[in-house]
Amino acid sequence: MSAETTEANCSKTRNPFTGVEADAVSVRVDGLSKKFGDLAVLRNISFDVKPGEIFVIMGPSGSGKSVLLRHIAGLEAPTSGTVAVDGLDPTLEETRDRVRLALVFQEGALFNSLSVYDNLALYPREHRSGNEMAISERVMHALKILSVEKSANQFPSELSGGMKKRVSIARALVMEPQLLLYDEPTSELDPVMGATISEIIATLKNEYSVTSIVVTHDRDLALTISNRVGILMAGKLISLGTPGELRKSQEPRIVDFLNPKIDIEHPRFKQLETPENP
Amino acid sequence: MKQINAVLEGAGSMVMLLLRAGSYAGSLPRQWARFVEQCYLIGYTTLPIVTILSFFIGTVLALEAGYSMEGFGAKEFIGSLVGLSMARELGPMMTSVLLAGRVGSAITAELASMKVYHEVDALTTMNIPPAKILVLPRLAAVLVMMPVLIVFANIVGWFGGSVVARYVSSVGISSESYFAALRHYTKFKDVMNGMAKAEVFGFVVVLVCCNIGLNTRGGPREIGAAVTRAVVTSLILILILDYFVTKLLM
Ligand SMILES: Nc1ncnc2c1ncn2[C@@H]1O[C@H](COP(=O)(O)OP(=O)(O)O)[C@@H](O)[C@H]1O
Ligand SMILES: [Mg+2]
Repeated sequence: MSAETTEANCSKTRNPFTGVEADAVSVRVDGLSKKFGDLAVLRNISFDVKPGEIFVIMGPSGSGKSVLLRHIAGLEAPTSGTVAVDGLDPTLEETRDRVRLALVFQEGALFNSLSVYDNLALYPREHRSGNEMAISERVMHALKILSVEKSANQFPSELSGGMKKRVSIARALVMEPQLLLYDEPTSELDPVMGATISEIIATLKNEYSVTSIVVTHDRDLALTISNRVGILMAGKLISLGTPGELRKSQEPRIVDFLNPKIDIEHPRFKQLETPENP
Repeated sequence: MKQINAVLEGAGSMVMLLLRAGSYAGSLPRQWARFVEQCYLIGYTTLPIVTILSFFIGTVLALEAGYSMEGFGAKEFIGSLVGLSMARELGPMMTSVLLAGRVGSAITAELASMKVYHEVDALTTMNIPPAKILVLPRLAAVLVMMPVLIVFANIVGWFGGSVVARYVSSVGISSESYFAALRHYTKFKDVMNGMAKAEVFGFVVVLVCCNIGLNTRGGPREIGAAVTRAVVTSLILILILDYFVTKLLM
């Protein structure tokens, strides 16, 4: 695959709906640590995401991936270290005025009191981008891309988990973001839909140079479309490199994480530390 | 010490929320639909219970007045007592208590669940300030609907008193003398006085309930705890503010 060798080459993001151009956005995470009370969730994480890059974050559940994304989205403030989106502090309102950033939440976070259609239309309506006709076109286009256009008039509580996820991705697309953060976008989807999501992420990069940061357990997505992959374990970034480098890695934790062997003779759960077996 | 801190923190965040919501006041015309929806929820759906409650407050006031004034042979003044206490105190107070229980709890439950299920975070990342679309329309709606509820509460309460005055044999005065006394002693100023109180109480109830809802942390269990806290805080604040506002308006 060529994706891993393709450098982020375009410097402008083009709005997929209106064609308007803006500068592509970079992300810099520098010495980021986060504690919730006494619990250290992120420990001294540093990495850079170039404009128009697809950056994948993998790691076991509970390793702090969602918390890391929330920092980049400006929803959490670091205990120490800094996060910069396009050079700006993402927790500030001025930054949100400047940079269009969308986060696809792990659980969807759809507005329960609004229909699927209104969930998508809220952003363009509030920011007065276009008349109701233009908005409707954009919303239906995004729903169609994710094959959920038939659910436009349903409410989130009437949707399955995978449909919520797709609506939530569609909602992010309608925002025409410069920076798109995905929290496990393919986790509840069938393999074909998963491949579709990978194609959407790659297309947004190639045609519109949208910067994407994708938290995922989906190895195909990570190894085919990404430019770089970071692996997070227990709040530490233990590896950072291209998919090619990752595949060649000899580090046992990474080998085991990417290709876990099912070993019935020596099951993992029996190797857990116990009082007699520390 | 911890409690004092929590109270100060709560008061501080309430003021911050008010300032933030206020800073978007200019967006209100564009939020017409949300404002109307909140007027409906705060005003219209509260009306039946306000009506029932006010009627019975009026009747009890008339009964008690009849009982205590009989000794002075001053039963003709029942109307003045019902009129004044309803307009100046019980109308605003009881309507606000109902507002806290009925509307305030619903506001906190809704906003707390939006917070817990990351809907509020989603709004933030979309650069749509929660104070603007979740808080401002509710604050504006309560300011508009409170006077309506109070006018209703007063009229129904006064009427309730007149029913008792006329038909309960231990009281037994004519509707004419009841309303004559009511009209003579209950001035427009008294009604406005009660209205001002109600505006303050209602506004504070909605602000407190929004603030506690938006500051909910943790999982679904916290939603219930937040609702309880919001209603209790509202009731305490109504009682404390009642003294100070009454004193201020004297
Ligand atoms: N708001 C919070 N308060 C306290 N602990 C939290 C909070 N959010 C996440 N955590 C803890 O941080 C750790 C990492 O969580 P998360 O980032 O959601 O993991 P994942 O990698 O599966 O997305 C977990 O141990 C979780 O319990
Ligand atoms: Mg997660």
